[in-house]
Amino acid sequence: MTINRYGQVAIFLACAAGLQLAAAAAGKGFLLTQLTMSAYYTLVVVGMSLLMGYAGQISLGHAGFFAVGGYTSAVLTTLDLAPHRGSPLVAGAERLGLLLVRPDLYGGDLLVVRPVVACALAIALALVLAVLVGIPVLKLKGHYLAMATLGVGTIVYSVALGTQWLGAADGIAAVPPFPLPFGASVSGRPDGRIVNYYVAVGLLGAAMLLALNLVQARVGRALRAIHGAEDAAGAMGVDTARLKLGTFVLSAALAAVAGVFLTHFNGGIGPAEASVMRSVKYMAIVAVGGIGSLWGSLGMSVALTFLSLRGYFGVYDDVVFGAILVGIMLFAPQGLLALEPRRALAALRARLRRAGGQAG
Amino acid sequence: MSALFFQYLMAGLTYGMIYAVVGMGFNIIYNATGVINFAQGEFVMLGGMIAVTLVAYLPLPLAIVLAVLATMVVGALVELLFIRWLTSPSVLRMIIITVGVSILIREAALLIWGQNVRALPYFTGTEITSLSIGGARVSPQVVWTLAACSALVALTTAFFRWSSAGKQMRACASNRVAASLCGLPTRNLITASFVLSAGMGALAGCVVSPITYTQYNIGTGLAIKGFTVAILGGLGSSLAAVTAGLVLGVFEAFAVSVLPSAYKDAVSIALLLAILFLRPTGLFAARVAYRP
Repeated sequence: MTINRYGQVAIFLACAAGLQLAAAAAGKGFLLTQLTMSAYYTLVVVGMSLLMGYAGQISLGHAGFFAVGGYTSAVLTTLDLAPHRGSPLVAGAERLGLLLVRPDLYGGDLLVVRPVVACALAIALALVLAVLVGIPVLKLKGHYLAMATLGVGTIVYSVALGTQWLGAADGIAAVPPFPLPFGASVSGRPDGRIVNYYVAVGLLGAAMLLALNLVQARVGRALRAIHGAEDAAGAMGVDTARLKLGTFVLSAALAAVAGVFLTHFNGGIGPAEASVMRSVKYMAIVAVGGIGSLWGSLGMSVALTFLSLRGYFGVYDDVVFGAILVGIMLFAPQGLLALEPRRALAALRARLRRAGGQAG
Repeated sequence: MSALFFQYLMAGLTYGMIYAVVGMGFNIIYNATGVINFAQGEFVMLGGMIAVTLVAYLPLPLAIVLAVLATMVVGALVELLFIRWLTSPSVLRMIIITVGVSILIREAALLIWGQNVRALPYFTGTEITSLSIGGARVSPQVVWTLAACSALVALTTAFFRWSSAGKQMRACASNRVAASLCGLPTRNLITASFVLSAGMGALAGCVVSPITYTQYNIGTGLAIKGFTVAILGGLGSSLAAVTAGLVLGVFEAFAVSVLPSAYKDAVSIALLLAILFLRPTGLFAARVAYRP
């Protein structure tokens, strides 16, 4: 029996709710914080899974898009515009209601951009960047694309690390909560933990539905054709460049959304979010979850990111992800879940029986 | 003014030589296997690190020789363990594997040597010794680096052009099936290309260590620069890579003279992107070693 995509997402949401109830029953509600963060990182992985698994393109720069989203939102909601009230841009924005005044930590007043507006601008900036980078980059293949996206990621990282008003090595702190309807907000306050968990899970579920819709429609078949044989797909009338660009931009947008929300949730962002190692981790997770398996990537992402955030890997964190990359690509290039233990066992048993038969 | 110009030029040439050597390392492996080895920068780091450790017990020249040999063993191991036994792997798979290997080497270095920045002693004199060349003060280590890397480039070129092993490796690069039909041990030649490439990187890592210092995480940056150089020269061509390396080094040195040095990497990567977008076949490429 196959379950359609709505059923699959419903089961996912039910599992997430079950997890929350179990955590509450066990008195371990604090675990929801890391689960929420895992869900946001998984948003990036869903986009990466589309890009790697369906469009067959490799990106070593998605942490860069995550950081562009997070940093833009963080700067706009913390930078005090009051000294620039005289400039027509700031005055105009204030008249349109795009800005708001909020108290800072020390009781003074800050004139900053409204979080919703900042969020929209952050995603728009990531989209523009993705299109600008994507058009030329996606003409390249294989290792050219990998190096080019690695380069983009490195530029974002070194700009974040080297720019004073982006906080340099310290990053940006004191990012305000992101207000939601009904008095809720995306923030790290302990009393909003459960709400925030469901916000993250809901966002992930929506992204998953979007991705599943995409891959099961005409676009998805075209993408798989590109992955299989790009030239053949082109000959069949698939607009390969446009589809690859579309997938790249969509995955960058998902990364930016994740960056915006996680930055508000954590109350800050640092340059480590833009590091190359972070991009490599996203890639490792997609690889272990199965290139071309959205649910596999999602499951592996939540599990591995959660374990990593809880510190189970200790100082070996990067080693674990490196070993996963190498191990999976050497022994199970289709992903861990694609290994068929039953078939492998059957083959083993058949071989043993044959050996036994010869002996007897 | 002209002294200052010369100073930047020398700094640029020093870095450029290192980039050129890393770029040539890329080319050697790329020619043999069609794979871009993302762990190339790690060989440079390993050479420097091992030499710094050994120099506490051994005279400097011996420490460098042993460090280069040890890195060659690592290069051989990488090929034997991760590359050799895969049958016709996809480019995607090879990229991911070499990226993973680079992380494993880097993290192993972190566990062994920690985060400390290390350096070999200056080969002659100390850090304040300087030679006067054309009115500019130049460290003797700069001369060492330029001389060692030039010698390395010349020897490698001669090796590929005239020695039997070098000719076999070129045959393997231009057509692996034909080479193996002629009875050449193509698999061993590929291992040899990893060994050679690792050794070159390690030697470069040793001579430049007193000036640029060595840390566990310098590999990624060097890999991107080396790749830029390999692309700039047209993937697969060694002398073009050297020219490209010197151009990139000098470009970077002058860029840093006007921009904050935190953006140094960003500048050369922007150059890489510009080249990839405008001329992915390289600036000097007459014969393009293009593999789809």
